[in-house]
Amino acid sequence: MENAFGQPQTIVVLGGTSDIARAVVKKLCSARAHHVVLAGRNQTLLDEAAAEARDYGATTTHTVLFDATEPLDAARAVSDCFGAMDEPVDLVIEAVGLLGKQLEYEDDPTMAATMATVNYAWPVAALAEVRRRLVAQGHGRILVMSSVAAIRVRRSSYLYSGAKAGLDRLCDGLADSLEGTGVTLQILRPGFVRSKMTTGEPEIPFTTGVNEVAENVVRGLAGSARVIWSPPILRYVFFVLRHLPAPIWRKVADR
Amino acid sequence: MRTRLTGWGRTAGSFAQLDAPATEEAIAAALRAPAVIARGLGRSYGDAAQVGGGLVLDNAGLNAIGPIGPDGLVTLGAGVSIEDLLTVAIPQGWFVPVTPGTRQVSIGGAVAADVHGKNHHVDGSFARHVRAMRLVTPTGVHALSPEVEPALFWATFGAMGLTGVVSEVTLQLLAIASDQVLVDTDRYDDLDEVMAAMVEGDDRYRYSVAWVDCMARGRRMGRSILTRGDHASAPAGDDPTNHAPRAARLAVPITAPPGLLNPATITAFNELWFRAAPRHRVGEAQSIGSFFHPLDGLRDWNRLYGPRGFVQYQFAVPDDAAETVTTAIARLSASRVPSFLAVLKRFGPGDPAPLSFPQPGWTLALDLPVGPARLAALLDELDELVIAARGRVYLAKDSRLSPQHVRAMYPRLGEFAALADTIDPERHLTSDLARRLRLREG
Repeated sequence: MENAFGQPQTIVVLGGTSDIARAVVKKLCSARAHHVVLAGRNQTLLDEAAAEARDYGATTTHTVLFDATEPLDAARAVSDCFGAMDEPVDLVIEAVGLLGKQLEYEDDPTMAATMATVNYAWPVAALAEVRRRLVAQGHGRILVMSSVAAIRVRRSSYLYSGAKAGLDRLCDGLADSLEGTGVTLQILRPGFVRSKMTTGEPEIPFTTGVNEVAENVVRGLAGSARVIWSPPILRYVFFVLRHLPAPIWRKVADR
Repeated sequence: MRTRLTGWGRTAGSFAQLDAPATEEAIAAALRAPAVIARGLGRSYGDAAQVGGGLVLDNAGLNAIGPIGPDGLVTLGAGVSIEDLLTVAIPQGWFVPVTPGTRQVSIGGAVAADVHGKNHHVDGSFARHVRAMRLVTPTGVHALSPEVEPALFWATFGAMGLTGVVSEVTLQLLAIASDQVLVDTDRYDDLDEVMAAMVEGDDRYRYSVAWVDCMARGRRMGRSILTRGDHASAPAGDDPTNHAPRAARLAVPITAPPGLLNPATITAFNELWFRAAPRHRVGEAQSIGSFFHPLDGLRDWNRLYGPRGFVQYQFAVPDDAAETVTTAIARLSASRVPSFLAVLKRFGPGDPAPLSFPQPGWTLALDLPVGPARLAALLDELDELVIAARGRVYLAKDSRLSPQHVRAMYPRLGEFAALADTIDPERHLTSDLARRLRLREG
C-alpha cells in the first residue's frame, strides 16, 4: 500500500527496460517499493532491470514478456503483471515507446503503422485493462510516459510525437474518468532526455539525464498535479513554443 | 456505491464499500467478504480503518449504553463514543478510566488502538480497565476476558481491528466527585528541565503531560509547558451537579489552502501558546473538556492542514533512552520541518497485549504537515533511532512506517499473526495498514 507521502510499495512497469522507467524504479525502491513487476520484450534486459531493482531495495521482482506490436495481447500482459503481484498494485508505469530515426522509415507505411501501434494502440489497450483492475482495488496510481513532443509535433519525429500526442490527450480524459474511484493518473512530459532511446540525437536546450527525470517524477507522485514536467521549466517553454507561428516553429524545432 | 475513506490525517485514501451492521449476526455475515475491517469514528491518523476495494464496517450502529452499576461497571456497544459515554456517566459521578486527547473515539476503536491518556504512568492503557468483551471473528463469536481465552483477549488490544469486530465491551469506570480537574502548570525553558521535573514529580499526579515547542531553536530548544493534575475531591462552587463536556460549537468549514500551516505560522502559534502559559500556577480548576480534550473545541480541525493532510509521529522509548527524545526534537528543530507543539509524556508498565504500543519510559507525539520533501526521509531516520533504543512507533498514528521497521519495533508480531490465523485462517480481516505493513504475514 502507498503511504502518506505517496511512496508506493508495489509497482508494475509496462516497458520496464526503458531508461527513464528504470531510474524511477530505482528511486522508488530506495524509498518503500519492495515488489516490482517489469514487463517488456527482451528477457535479458528485463532480468538486468529486475536485478537493478533488487540492488536498490526491492525484495521481490517478476518479469513478463509482451510484444507491443500486438495490442490485442495487451490485456493478457497486464493480467500477467497483476497476477504476479499477490497484493494490491500501488503504481503502474506505462513506459512503452519506440522512437528510432524517422528519416530512415517515414515513407514506409508498415513502419508508420508500427509506430502508431507501439506508441499509441498498445498503451491505450493496456491502460483499459489497468484502469479496470485499479478501480476494482479502490486505490492506485497510473503514470503515463508522454513527452513534450506531444505538445507540439516536430517534423523530424511526427510519427512518434503524433502518437504520443494522441496518448497524452487521451490520458487527460482517462484521468477525468477516474475521478471518484480512488485511482489517479498522472502524465509525465519529459523534454529531451539522454538515454538509449535518444542515443545519437543532437542535444537541445533543457536536456536532462534520466536521474533528473526520476527526481521530478518522485516529487510529482507525492503531489497531485495532473502533468509532471521534467524539467519543470518546460511547462512555460512549451506554453510559448505551442503558440509560435509555423514558419518560426519549423526553424526552432528542426534546427 | 463506494466511499472514499482516509484516517484523521487525510492522507492515502482508498475507496471501499461501507456498511454499518448493528447486530452480531449481521457482522458475522459481513465478515465473509474477502477483505474487511471495522471502523469507528475515523480518528486513527493513518490507514488502519480502511481497506481499498474491500468492505468497511462502521460500528456506529452498536450504540447501546447499559446501566452503570454501583461498582462502576458498564457494558457498552462498541460504537458508543467516549463523548456519548461521558454525557451519561459524569452526571452520575463516573469518568472513563482512560481517555485519549479527543472524546471522538468509539469504544471499539479504543480497544483496537489500546488507547492511552495522560494517566498512563499511573493507570496504564485502556486494556487494563476492560473486564470483558465480545468479539465477532470470521470463525465465530468469542466472549473474552482476562480469564476466558486470555490470548485472544490481549491480542485484540492494539491489533487495529485485525482479530475481528468488537461488538460489546464491559468497562470499569472511575469514580469522580467533581467535574473539575485541579491543575498545576509549569513552564520550562528547555527539554532537560521538563524531563527532570517529570521524572521527579509525575508520581504525585494522576494526570501529567508536557507540550514541547519543536520550532524553538538554540538555547530555547525544547521549551515546554507541563500540566499535571487530578480530579477535584468535591464539587466546585454552588452547583452540586456534575456536567459533561459540551459538544463543539465551532468547526473548520472547508479544507484550508495548502501551506496555511507553514514554519512561519506554526512558529508564531507556538510562541503565543508558550507565552500564554503561566510560569508557575498551582491548583487551577479546569473543566474536563478543556483539560483532557482541548482540540475537541474545534470540529474538523484536521482540515487546517490543507489538501495534502498531515502525519502524526508518535514513538515510545525506554527510560534509559531518554536522549532519543532529545535527539528527535533536535533533528526536527534543525530541519525546520514545521511541527505543532509536540506532546511529551511518561508511560508506566505496558500490558500483555502483543501489539499494544505503550511501554515504560517516554513517549513523544508530533503533528507534521505533509509537504516538505525531506520529511519522509527524516522520519525514516527517526525510526532507526527509535529501533536502536528498543522503542516503537504507534500503529494508530502511523501512515508511513516500513514493513521491516515494524518487525523490529513489535518483536511479537509473528506470535500475533499466528494467533490471528487461528480465528481467521482465510485472512478476511485486513486493512490498508495491514497490507502496507504486512501485519497478517507475521
